[in-house]
Amino acid sequence: MELTLWTYEGPPHVGAMRIATSMEGVHYVLHAPQGDTYADLLFTMIERRDKRPPVTYTTFQARDLGGDTAELVKRSISEAVARFQPEALLVGESCTAELIQDQPGALAGGMDLGGIPVVNLELPAYSKKENWGAAETLYQLVRGLLKAQLPSPGFAKPSPQRWRDEGRRPRVNLLGPSLLGFRCRDDVREITALLAEYGVEVAVVAPLGARPADLQRIPTADANVCLYPEVAGSVCSWLERSFGMATVRTVPIGIGATASFLRELHQLLGLELPAALQPGADGTCAAERRSRLPWYSRSVDSTYLTGKRVFIFGDATHAIAAARIASRELGFQVVGLGSYSREQARELRAAAAELGLEALISDDYLAVEAAMAAAAPELVLGTQMERHSAKRLGIPCAVISAPLHVQDVPARYSPQMGWEGANVIFDAWVHPLMMGLEEHLIGMFRHDFEFVDGHLSHLEGASAPTRPAEAEPARDQAAATPVATALPGHGELVWSPDGEAELAKIPFFVRGKVRKNTEAYARERGLEVIDSEALYEAKAHFSS
Amino acid sequence: MGASSVVDDRHPSLLKESGQREVFCGLTSIVWLHRRMPDAFFLVVGSRTCAHLIQSAAGVMIFAEPRFGTAILGERDLAGLADANEELDRLVTDLLVRRPEIRTLFLVGSCPSEVIKLDLAKAAERLNTQLAGRVKVLNYSGSGIETTFTQGEDKALLAMVPLMPSSDVDQLLIVGTLADAVEDRLVQLFGRLGIPVVTSLPPRRSTELPPIGPGTRVLLAQPFLSDTARALVNRGARLLAAPYPFGVEGSRAWMAAGAEAFGVAPAQVAAVLDPLVERGRRAIAPHRELLAGKRLFLLPDSQLELSLARFLQRECGMELVEVGTPYLDRQLLDAELALLPEGTRISEGQDVERQLERVRAARPDLVVCGLGLANPLEAEGIATKWSIELVFSPIHGCDQAGDLAELFARSLRRRAALSFA
Repeated sequence: MELTLWTYEGPPHVGAMRIATSMEGVHYVLHAPQGDTYADLLFTMIERRDKRPPVTYTTFQARDLGGDTAELVKRSISEAVARFQPEALLVGESCTAELIQDQPGALAGGMDLGGIPVVNLELPAYSKKENWGAAETLYQLVRGLLKAQLPSPGFAKPSPQRWRDEGRRPRVNLLGPSLLGFRCRDDVREITALLAEYGVEVAVVAPLGARPADLQRIPTADANVCLYPEVAGSVCSWLERSFGMATVRTVPIGIGATASFLRELHQLLGLELPAALQPGADGTCAAERRSRLPWYSRSVDSTYLTGKRVFIFGDATHAIAAARIASRELGFQVVGLGSYSREQARELRAAAAELGLEALISDDYLAVEAAMAAAAPELVLGTQMERHSAKRLGIPCAVISAPLHVQDVPARYSPQMGWEGANVIFDAWVHPLMMGLEEHLIGMFRHDFEFVDGHLSHLEGASAPTRPAEAEPARDQAAATPVATALPGHGELVWSPDGEAELAKIPFFVRGKVRKNTEAYARERGLEVIDSEALYEAKAHFSS
Repeated sequence: MGASSVVDDRHPSLLKESGQREVFCGLTSIVWLHRRMPDAFFLVVGSRTCAHLIQSAAGVMIFAEPRFGTAILGERDLAGLADANEELDRLVTDLLVRRPEIRTLFLVGSCPSEVIKLDLAKAAERLNTQLAGRVKVLNYSGSGIETTFTQGEDKALLAMVPLMPSSDVDQLLIVGTLADAVEDRLVQLFGRLGIPVVTSLPPRRSTELPPIGPGTRVLLAQPFLSDTARALVNRGARLLAAPYPFGVEGSRAWMAAGAEAFGVAPAQVAAVLDPLVERGRRAIAPHRELLAGKRLFLLPDSQLELSLARFLQRECGMELVEVGTPYLDRQLLDAELALLPEGTRISEGQDVERQLERVRAARPDLVVCGLGLANPLEAEGIATKWSIELVFSPIHGCDQAGDLAELFARSLRRRAALSFA
């Protein structure tokens, strides 16, 4: 048993849902108790999707446990297939269903489903987590769909440079982008455009937006680009082993990484390296100027960023990329580097060692918080969870990795990858520091009439001890003398203690408005004392 | 996939359905209960799914000190039960060292803990002995297999009932979580009616439980408290029958039921309440203009559906297409059922695909539904009001009737306000 206040990853079946929902034409029958449909909200609310996830839950209840839950599974499968007519079916269990062992995959295998491919998902909910579930589901699905195309043992590996002989442009698959991944939507667009500039086509993007038939076209590409190793690492390795397909492993997040990515891709596909990608004497190349980050970071305004202590935590891919950007491209000092992705622990340890650090591999949010506190950083680059710890410790923070919340699925174009991704990163990481500077000034000069405590934005109440709910300056005066405002021709308008008490219960962000409305109402009615009754009278009066 | 049947004498149109249910489990109630009682901690004993659920529901709030957590079962725990008990004790001890200010610890059962029959009641008993005097340890189940959404609160309050001190004192006990400001207001109004002692369950501090006994008259503020109500009656309290305090009509009848139980003269009741009713009607009026004649479809979520349908039909002039509820307690909803128009289609339980077919066929003007369905229905051109908000908003009492109507009118008003041509 393990005490968890916050979990970095959901259970593995949520990873499977991410694959099913990212794709088209795939349906997922999930044996799960009533209530597990909460996971739909991740897609309809956080990802703001306009349709229901393609998931049918059995939603069994206690009374079903006495009966035949296996029958319920079979009924759910046949009804889902009849209703949604998927091109491929995933069948699996959630953690509770795993305990009752109805073997839904095997049940589906024994049913007549009109010959659609059925993938039986074995996702151990008590030992594995979301990303593993996503990777396993993608791997099993691709494996299942490519079974018929498997080359015989001892086959000759296809050359990634065969496009030349075939007289066409080189093409690659972009593997890994999925819903609930960090900024996958825009990363795909950025990388697709980047590849097009060098004459490289994209064959299949998967799982995001792919149909089962698209997955069957995977072997037609010259190479795979593994954009998100957490999700696509295992399927890329399997495609390498089984189909001899080469993989581009550099993840293009950051200026240096994007340049390395392009060089790796060119080398692999046998493309001549354009002059713009040739490193100059100072190690930079002309193509980098496609991004503003290098100049923004060199400009004098950024001098104060030098040596800023930064603590980095996230999935391994984003943490490693962030460490490189922070240390080499922004001139920060990385004082902590860690990840919850145990599967990529080795890569992370290597990246940390390069910075003279010991990597923190943990999914315990308290351990991460403790490490953060011990490192005393000036900036935290982390996940949604690190926002909590950073708030507690009063440290500026930017989100670089899943788990994410709704604000990290923005409407605007906001990739992390490629040249534009670097622009987005510069703004996103420096922004909280500006706020931080402002905050210091406020901390130094507390009597400032404009920048008072309540004025603060995202870090409100973090660095300063919490003040009473009524933090407005007007209220401070009220403590000394009753608040009195001039009432033309009628003397003064006075809030009774009972009225004040009622007002204090209004949330601070609308309190000012309620006060104004109530006073206007009192003036209109010629009231002299505002009590709780008057407040409610005014509330009813203005409610239209 | 489910079966449907129609069985009811008084409400011939009651539809009982079973099939896929798109609802929350009882664990979700922790999201508001932990705010009501800040000195309590809710420890779910379950899986990563449970932890993920609560965090997804409460995740927008950024906590310096979380007041809920999950003891995630591992493969080792599944292997042998004795081991799981030791693990739980160790974990609770660690938690209490870190959080010495906790006064009440709720061990909350989940689907996995119920399926493997981990005896949390016994664990609570054992921990109570170990922690005697410092922390009270209680236990209830919020599992999806046993509870739906707000039923989690019912089970949590039920667990607190045995700890309430016995007393014969005459008092009015309001049961069910209310917003602080609403609670203050209602207590104040009962004071004006001449009822001096008004207490609440749950209290604002978990250690300040109200007493209970033969002098206690209970008004349920929420319709989902079946088990708690029965347990209070078993401790000698009298349950007052009334509709629930939503809208001016329901609120007046609810407060009048309280007053009547204390022998307050009807003239006094009218003197205190009628001005509120009149004022409330004025607040509702602009929203009624928009809502009147609009067709409403409520999907099952919280058991508030019947009361809300009654308010929206009688006070806002809406037409009811279907009123879904996850569970229908005839006794607790008797007064509400009597106020609904004859022949209203009420459905208990759910087969979500079939219910959505009915929604699409009826093309209602407004659908009250959960967040898993709201955006998809909006994308189909059907206006929705997400239901969870109703559990998080101050909506009880005459003074909130306008706000309650506004919650439903807002969806329609917004659709009319937006234009991208």
